[in-house]
Amino acid sequence: MVSNLFGGSAKQSQYIVIVGCGRLGSLLAGDLSSQGHSIVVIEQNESCLGNLSSEFSGFSVVGDAAELATLRQAKVDKADCLLAVTSEDNINLMVAQIARTVFEIPIVLARVFDPDREAIYQELEIDTISPTQLSADLFLQRLGERFENQSQQSAK
Amino acid sequence: MRIILIGTDKLTYFLGRRFASKGYFLTIITPEEENAIALSRKLKATVLTGNGSDPAMLQEAGAYQADVLLALTPKDQDNLIACQIAQDRYGVPKTVALVNDPENREIFEELGVSVAFSATEVLGSMIEQQTASADIRNLVPVTDSGVTITEVVLAENSPAVGSAIKDLKLQGAVVACVVRRGRVLLAQRRSYLHAGDRVLLISESDRYGQAQKALTGEGA
Repeated sequence: MVSNLFGGSAKQSQYIVIVGCGRLGSLLAGDLSSQGHSIVVIEQNESCLGNLSSEFSGFSVVGDAAELATLRQAKVDKADCLLAVTSEDNINLMVAQIARTVFEIPIVLARVFDPDREAIYQELEIDTISPTQLSADLFLQRLGERFENQSQQSAK
Repeated sequence: MRIILIGTDKLTYFLGRRFASKGYFLTIITPEEENAIALSRKLKATVLTGNGSDPAMLQEAGAYQADVLLALTPKDQDNLIACQIAQDRYGVPKTVALVNDPENREIFEELGVSVAFSATEVLGSMIEQQTASADIRNLVPVTDSGVTITEVVLAENSPAVGSAIKDLKLQGAVVACVVRRGRVLLAQRRSYLHAGDRVLLISESDRYGQAQKALTGEGA
């Protein structure tokens, strides 16, 4: 379960555009939808919309998010928030930048797998999340804990 | 000049051939191995197989020393990111991106790409000009200035034939020179125009239609 994006009690409904309806996109869409937000999902491949859970009550737009017309169709100009979570780093980075500079959306987050590329765009003040970096961090942390347990046990 | 070219198809090959013949130092990045081998056999260029928007790939292609990067893949997003990474991380002074969605052209330039061009737009406007008037050739936009250079051939029935250049009352446009029977004549305000003259017109892009009408009688 994704925790409430806007903090426990702040229940104001937001208009959120999610680009990409794979495993992550559909999960986010379902959870945010059940929290009472208005969601529009943009997905190029119509069959991927089948990933959406029954909790999802928003709209979907089938189209290429690299085309400005598709973003307009999803009324991105009215959005409070845009999440770019397709499986392609470049499209996420491009849509995030367009959302910020052309549509002036206040909250924009992009998923970027390549940590190298993520570092470059953080310098450009694009808010990114790298699953690769996150899992590496978690693996290392968990591994560190195990090592510590081991050395404590062997010390006993 | 050191050029990095990212692309996949014929355009990459023919541009590569042209750059190589001018003696430019050329590196091509193309995603498919087969294509890369074919290109490296045919061109005097370094050819790398890979993803042109991958920072490591760009570095291997010598991005730190490159003067220009051209991103010509069929995906707008890949072209944008390649240009931005080349510019921001490797300090490539000039980047050129092909855009497929014409609406992305202005946005890409706003996002830092030095020059973005839309093949759809370029071809579309060429075809429109050709069909609008067979007498107009070679419309060349002067980069970034909003000015275009055109060659207009005056037909027998052109309203400009028999008039002096000053009588054309051109606004925001000048006749730079007239080519008559293969000779270049400096255009003066009192020069009279003849049928068959080739008129070299320099105009502000939004005044081009009026100037075209004064010379050929066609157009807006």
